[in-house]
Amino acid sequence: MKFRTILMAGAMTAIAGAATAECAFENEVELRSLTAGFEAWKAVTDAMAECGNFTANLDQEFREKQPEAFAADPSLYHIGGVANATLIPLLNAGTIRPLNDLVEKYGQHLKPNQLITVDGDIMAIAMMVNNQHLMYREDILEQLDLEVPTTYDEMLEAAAVIAEADVVQYPLGGTFKAGWNLGEEFVNMFLAHGGNFVDDANMPTINNEMGLAALEKLKATTEYLDPEYLASDSTYVQQQFQQGQIAMANLWASRAGAMDDPEESQVVGKVKMAAAPMGPAAPVSSIWWDGIVIASNITDEEAEAAFRVAMEGIDTETVEAHPTAAIWLIDGYEPGALAAGAAATAAKGARPYPASSAMGIMHTVLGNGIAAYLNGEKDAETTLADIEAAYMTSAQEAGLIE
Amino acid sequence: MKPRVFAAFVGPSILMMLLFIAFPLLSVFWNSFNVTQPVYETVEVESCTAGFLEQTCTTEMKTRPILDEAGEIVRQTEFVGLQTYRNVLELDRLGEALTSGSWAAIQNIDFWKALRFTIMFTLVTLPLVVGFGLGIAMLINNASKLIRGPVIFVSLLPFIITPVIGALSINWLFRGDGILTAFLEWWLARDLALFAQAWTIELLMMVYRVWHVAPFAAIIFYAGLQTVNQDSIESAVIDGASRWQRLRLIIIPHLMPLIIFVAMIHLMDSYRVFEEVVGFRAEGYVISLQWLTYDFLKPDQAGNRSISRASASAMLTMIGIAILLVPLLKRTWRDHKGTR
Repeated sequence: MKFRTILMAGAMTAIAGAATAECAFENEVELRSLTAGFEAWKAVTDAMAECGNFTANLDQEFREKQPEAFAADPSLYHIGGVANATLIPLLNAGTIRPLNDLVEKYGQHLKPNQLITVDGDIMAIAMMVNNQHLMYREDILEQLDLEVPTTYDEMLEAAAVIAEADVVQYPLGGTFKAGWNLGEEFVNMFLAHGGNFVDDANMPTINNEMGLAALEKLKATTEYLDPEYLASDSTYVQQQFQQGQIAMANLWASRAGAMDDPEESQVVGKVKMAAAPMGPAAPVSSIWWDGIVIASNITDEEAEAAFRVAMEGIDTETVEAHPTAAIWLIDGYEPGALAAGAAATAAKGARPYPASSAMGIMHTVLGNGIAAYLNGEKDAETTLADIEAAYMTSAQEAGLIE
Repeated sequence: MKPRVFAAFVGPSILMMLLFIAFPLLSVFWNSFNVTQPVYETVEVESCTAGFLEQTCTTEMKTRPILDEAGEIVRQTEFVGLQTYRNVLELDRLGEALTSGSWAAIQNIDFWKALRFTIMFTLVTLPLVVGFGLGIAMLINNASKLIRGPVIFVSLLPFIITPVIGALSINWLFRGDGILTAFLEWWLARDLALFAQAWTIELLMMVYRVWHVAPFAAIIFYAGLQTVNQDSIESAVIDGASRWQRLRLIIIPHLMPLIIFVAMIHLMDSYRVFEEVVGFRAEGYVISLQWLTYDFLKPDQAGNRSISRASASAMLTMIGIAILLVPLLKRTWRDHKGTR
């Protein structure tokens, strides 16, 4: 019996081995990557592994390891997966290399909007974008004769009607978990009001009318959320949708695919995508990208092999095999129904996430500070003043301001 | 034992203690008085980012660290005295809050909010752990030989579970429509949200901690119960002492050194309460001193971390534990001198 299992396993490996033929070249150099662990990265690193001699590390805590691992000489990883915010520490420390030569040699097929450049140097290759947009239960809105909301206020009005009709447990879902998630909700709302977080001298610019308005909108939203909203992250909201507990949410585009996953979802085909609701100045959303970087502290041969393997990972084949894993930027991607919301949000002028060293601090103090306002411990003015003070202390300690 | 043999035996562990305890402690102490930061320059940079359909390029002022010839970030270290401690303690704000006499204002300052919860958590769970521990120990002791093994095993189970896993399990049992919340809702016939206000979260945290640590106390006390002088118990029974009198006058005094030991261990552990905050996702309502240290130390997505404030906060935690231990240590010292 046991012997049979081993034979079976051997046969499976042989089949998997046959699949390596899909890579355009045989990789001879030992390569390692460190990326986040969500579905799109799994698809991409699986495709990279087909070239051989490649080990992928998929780790949701990658951002805590990456700066140190890439600063080592030689670098512990050759290929890194980053987003616009997590690119900053690597860029600051100079531990990733410009890719201009490699793009010229092996990356002619890349589209211009995949090239992340800083002063003319290509520092990263983007593979996908992500933003928040409206997901809603079509059946519930139709049953109550509601239009699909286009502004945030309309969304709150619709939520009030849904609450009144009592057709679902909670009208809205939101990623309000204290910390990074809650910070991101404020970031989206503040961007939608036209705000900027810091000025050129890294001084905070959130304690103003726009900040107050954004806070009030968030508080108005919490009325329609699960009362345990301060612990609800993206996965929790996704599950609330899948289990039919909520009717609408302004949620990450990368979560859209899960709504129609028959293994997890009880609402397959009922959740539709639309643009993120508009705030006074822009949609309540921020555009993020994910992509790859190549370490500086490795030999040029390794860098060349790493870049070629990475290009195999983010090629058209991967996109065709995993069309719903992400909003791909890669050639050959045809946006389906699930991507409609993300595209419409971008078309309406959603602003990119303003990643910088100062913004890293701002995001943290916002995420820590807003909960006290939402649960009624502080008023809005005190909250913003306290967040501003916390930012000043942290930024001084980090050396960003005098 | 010859001094040389003694040194050979003790040497390695002293070396390890220096390396893994004394040196990190010194470095934390040093970091709490110094601030190390990169030297920044502000430059105009044209950067292009991934737009949806087209690239968006902007030219703006960016702050970035200066790199030296070797490609390393240039850092400067500055002695700041007690400034970091002031940043953590926010004494001026505490002063304002005290003069206005507003408890809410004090609780708006992170450190004091965390301290309030940490002390309450420690002092409330302490007697419960000792009490339940003693209860379980007596139960095991009185169980018949036949079932004693299984009883010990079952009562030790909570202590075997990794704290974070235990906290997560409680979280899943009670969060949203978790099994136990659903049961409570059915039983009380009302809607409950146990993680939507601070006091229920604090209550759950304490219940969890007592459930988790009482078995440890129990096993120590059970060992102590084996050495109770049976003659004294018998003569007490003959004198007509009740069960309660025997417990109060013979067993507890006999176990006192162990009770102090358990209390000290528990004070040290629960003052560093952390798993419950993370496992229960309670950061929005309840924070502890250890969580505060962790939050300072954790790098944000742009790679900034507050090492100095984390160090100061860790030093303050150590001082806090030392203060809490003083009464117990004094008692032990007195007993020690008495027996000599």
